[in-house]
Amino acid sequence: MFNPTDPIVTKRMSFEDSYTLSRFLATGGYEGLKKALSMSREQVQEEVMKASLLGRGGAGFPAGRKWSMLRKAPTSYLVVNGDESEPATFKDHLLIEKDPHQLIEGTIIAAYALGVTQAFIFVRGEFALGFERLTAACNEAYAHNAVGKNIFGSDFSVDLVIHPGAGAYICGEETSLIESLEGKRGYPRIKPPYFPAVMGLYNEPTVVNNVETMSNLPWILQHGGDAFAALGQGSSTGTRLFALSGRVKRPGWYELEMSKTTFRDLIYDKNLGQGIIGDKKIKAFIPGGVSAPWFFEEHLDMGLDQDAVAKAGSMLGSGSVVVMDETTCVVRASWRITKFFHRESCGQCTPCREGSGWLEKILRRIEEGSGRIEDLDLLMDVCDSIAPGVSWPPQQTTICVLGPSIPSSIASAIRNCRDEFLEHIKLGHCPFEKDHILAGAHS
Amino acid sequence: MTEKDNYLAKILERKQPSDDGGFSEEGLERAKALISLYPKKRSALIPLCHLAQGEHGWLTERSMEEIAELLEISVAEVSGTASFYDMLHLEPVGNYVISVCTNIACMLGGAYELLESIEERLGISVGQTTLDMQFTLEEAECLGACDTAPCLQVNSRFFGNLDAVAFDKLVTDLASGALAGVVPPHGVLSRVQRVFSLMSGEQGEAAASNTDETLGQK
Repeated sequence: MFNPTDPIVTKRMSFEDSYTLSRFLATGGYEGLKKALSMSREQVQEEVMKASLLGRGGAGFPAGRKWSMLRKAPTSYLVVNGDESEPATFKDHLLIEKDPHQLIEGTIIAAYALGVTQAFIFVRGEFALGFERLTAACNEAYAHNAVGKNIFGSDFSVDLVIHPGAGAYICGEETSLIESLEGKRGYPRIKPPYFPAVMGLYNEPTVVNNVETMSNLPWILQHGGDAFAALGQGSSTGTRLFALSGRVKRPGWYELEMSKTTFRDLIYDKNLGQGIIGDKKIKAFIPGGVSAPWFFEEHLDMGLDQDAVAKAGSMLGSGSVVVMDETTCVVRASWRITKFFHRESCGQCTPCREGSGWLEKILRRIEEGSGRIEDLDLLMDVCDSIAPGVSWPPQQTTICVLGPSIPSSIASAIRNCRDEFLEHIKLGHCPFEKDHILAGAHS
Repeated sequence: MTEKDNYLAKILERKQPSDDGGFSEEGLERAKALISLYPKKRSALIPLCHLAQGEHGWLTERSMEEIAELLEISVAEVSGTASFYDMLHLEPVGNYVISVCTNIACMLGGAYELLESIEERLGISVGQTTLDMQFTLEEAECLGACDTAPCLQVNSRFFGNLDAVAFDKLVTDLASGALAGVVPPHGVLSRVQRVFSLMSGEQGEAAASNTDETLGQK
C-alpha cells in the first residue's frame, strides 16, 4: 500500500503553514496528549507496547522496551534525538521544520508516560530554520499550556528545553549526544553501562528517543496501539518515513506502510521514485544510510521490513535509500563515504581514527589511477582490523558503532564490483566520464 | 608589498577586531537567561557559543573568556569544546558562510562539479574567505536535504537543485542585498528567544511565535 490515506506523521505536510499552532490545533493537534493525560502512566506505556513501535533512529530498538528499562530514581530525563546526520537521511529534518508541534506533543506524552519533569529536544545545528521554528513552537506550547505547569489542568508538569547542536555527526550516538548536552566534546562514552536508562545525562537515568519515534505517539494515543500494530507486518509495525535520493527521477520523502512496499516499488513506482534518471540500469543501492552494507539488483523485491533486510545482511537503519546507477563509479562512491567517516570520527579509538584515514587514502589512490593490484587485499585487511571478520552485524573494536560502520561500503563494493576496481588499476584512471572529479575535492 | 604580503597583512588585520569582542549588554542578559534553563550551567555552553557567534560572526577569544566566567569553567574547557564542532568558528569568517554538501547523494547529483565552479566564481578554495570578507567557502558533510541535491547552505539557510548558473545568480543576489530578507546574518540559532520557563516561574511578554516573517520561508 502506497501513501496510506491516513498518514501518521506527515498528515500536515501539504499545508503551507503546517508549522503554526493554529494549523496544528485545526487538525487535531494536542488531542493525543489530552487523551494521554486522562489515562494513567501505565496505560500510556501499555498502548505504546501494544503498538510495538520500533525506534526510528537507526538501531530499531523497541521504544516501549527502552522505556521499561528506565531505572527508577528521583531524577530522570527524557532527551529527544534530533541530531539527524546519517548521510542521505532527511526525515527528522522534515518533521522538525514542518510539524514542530507534533514533535512537542509526542515528547510531552513520552515525558508523562515516563514520569520525567525535564525533557530536552536536541536539534542538529545545521537545521537552523527547524530549530527556530521549534523554539517558537515551544513558546506557543507553553502559552497554550501544553507544556509547563499543570498541563491542561492535570497535575502533570514538565519543562522542555530545545537545545542546538553545533555540527558533529557523532552526536547522533546517544552517549555522545548526552556529553554534548552536558556542554562537552561529543565523545561517546565507554560501555558498560550500555544504556543511558541506567546512567545518562548528569549520570542520572535518561531515555533517549528519536524525533520520528516521538512524532508517532500522538497518533498512537488517539487511535490506539492496536490500530498502529495492524499496519505493517511482524515486528515492523506502523508506517515509516523513507528518504529516497541519488540517481532517481523523483527523490523525496515517502511515508509508507512497513513491509508492504518493496525497494522496487520505492525506486520505480510512478507515485514514488519513478525510476532511474535517463532510464539507466541500477547498479547498487544503500538500504538504510551509509553505515549499511549495499544492496544490489537481486534485493529489489524485498519488502521495506526491518527483519528481512537484517536477514539479508544489511539494515533498514535510518530509512534512507540511495540509488546508484550504471554511470556511478563505485570506487568514487565508497571513497566519498569513507572520507565522511574519516572526517567525523571523534578520534578516541585507533581502529576508527587511523583506519578510516588509511582507507580513504587508498581508495583515493585507486580512483586517481595510482592504485596497485595488492590494494584490494590491503583495503580488506584494514577493514578487518576495524571490524574483525568484516561480517554483518559487524564485530566491534571501538567505543561506539561509527568504527564498525566504516567497512560496510568498501566491503560491499569490493565483493560485488571487484572488476570495476581492477579496471581502475589496469587503466591507470577512472573509466567513468567524470574522471576529473577529485580535482575539487580538498581533503 | 607583494600581493602575498598584502593578503597576509589583511588576514592578520582581521584577527584583531576593533571592539573587545565580548558580549553586548543585551547579549549578556540573554546568556544568563539561557543558563537558567539548564539543571547544570555547563549545558549552556553550546547555546552561548551560538549567541556569541551571532554577535561577532565568530567566537572571539574575549567571548570565550566571558563564557568561561559565566559557566564557572576554564577558558581551555570552552575552547576545547568549541573546537570539536564544525559550526563554531574560531577564526573570523565572511558575512556569508557558504557550506557546500559533497556527500554521497549530492555527489551523485554533481556536487563536485558545482564546487569547482563555485571556487572559480568566488576565486577562493574551500576553507578560504574572500578578501572583501563577503564569502567564506566550506565543504560540508550531508546537510539533510538530499531530495534537492546538490544543495548548499548560506548562513544556515538551504538552497538546492543548484548548478553553476544558479549559483552565479545566488552570489549576485547576495552581494546586491536582494536576498537580505531570506538569508539572515550569522547566529540564527540564537535569534528566537525562549520566553517561558517553569523553573524560573517567569513568563515573557512578547513571545516570539511562528507567525514571524523570517520563519515563513520554504
